[in-house]
Amino acid sequence: MKLLTHNLLSSHVRGVGPRGFPLRLQATEVRINPVEFNPDFVARMIPKVEWAALLEAADTLHLVEVPKEPTEGYVNDETFLRKMHHVLLEVDVLEGTLQCPESGRVFPISRGIPNMLLNDEETET
Amino acid sequence: VALPSTSSRMIDVQTKMAGRALELLNLPEGQPCYLLDIGCGSGLSGDYLSDEGHYWVGIDISPAMLDAALDRDTEGDLLLGDMGQGIPFKPGSFDGCISISAVQWLCNANKKSDIPAKRLYRFFSSLYSVLARGARAVLQLYPENSEQLELITTQATKAGFTGGVVVDYPNSAKAKKFYLCLFSGPSTFLPKGLSENQEEEEATESMFTNKRVPHRLAQRGLVRKSREWVLEKKERYRRQGKEVRPDTQYTGRKRKPRF
Repeated sequence: MKLLTHNLLSSHVRGVGPRGFPLRLQATEVRINPVEFNPDFVARMIPKVEWAALLEAADTLHLVEVPKEPTEGYVNDETFLRKMHHVLLEVDVLEGTLQCPESGRVFPISRGIPNMLLNDEETET
Repeated sequence: VALPSTSSRMIDVQTKMAGRALELLNLPEGQPCYLLDIGCGSGLSGDYLSDEGHYWVGIDISPAMLDAALDRDTEGDLLLGDMGQGIPFKPGSFDGCISISAVQWLCNANKKSDIPAKRLYRFFSSLYSVLARGARAVLQLYPENSEQLELITTQATKAGFTGGVVVDYPNSAKAKKFYLCLFSGPSTFLPKGLSENQEEEEATESMFTNKRVPHRLAQRGLVRKSREWVLEKKERYRRQGKEVRPDTQYTGRKRKPRF
């Protein structure tokens, strides 16, 4: 699971609504995966990023060199975009958990795949 | 279990459908997008998205299929999830969504507690939310019959989508394909379905809007209150299991002006 995905995931447990974000990340195995740099794509994703959640996840994973916020004119700032590319797309959580901040429900991550299956009682009607 | 990725003909069909779905998605030229692949399976359609320069997240309910996707080293992120439980993302996360051969499964009740209409509505309403404003969803599906297709489109409409069904090769039993094209912004022009004979004038698409006209699909082309309209309405009621008087020579006849 990439940190871009984590930054957009939100708990769909019944009754939780917008309070289901962000999912608290715990990781026991992380892999760095080289991904081809596409500045257009990274720049387009910047407005979608929730910075507090990103910084919290980066901190949990002990990542360094993580920008604290977009730089002015970031669309043309290759240094900034390369750092964001690395954080969002090259850090892959293989084993760990995601926890819904409102309900406490834990979703396990195995082989890089979060298990988001809910029980009947947890599903929104 | 025989997985679609094991047969080369199936790979070709799935890839072709992914290509057509991406075409119908009508994304801005040359722009890498962040897409959702519903029922991504072993990642055949996702690979096509990657080849076109897009980034994607796939959701599938089958651990076996997702394992196959891992073995195939797909580039998108994968989630184990049930689309009928809702799409667990923040509003406006995705630039578009495709689905190949998956959505009709929502019409199956796997457990006694499953109500297809509810699962469909939960899927469509959450899909509507996670799409960016103006983004599209193109869902290729195999509806069992017209009632099932109507059930699906009704729930999509309830969830706020406009759009319609594009039918490719309507006259070929083998090649016929249904694509449910959903728009999350105001109504746009619905693409034309493909056919072998490109000169055919036959209508292969049906539009629906979020106005409450539930029977529009069946009523297309029929003049209201005409005999054909009355016969179609009676036939529809029979399909719904209602009691309907038999059709006679008097059915839909012109009445005196007081009507």
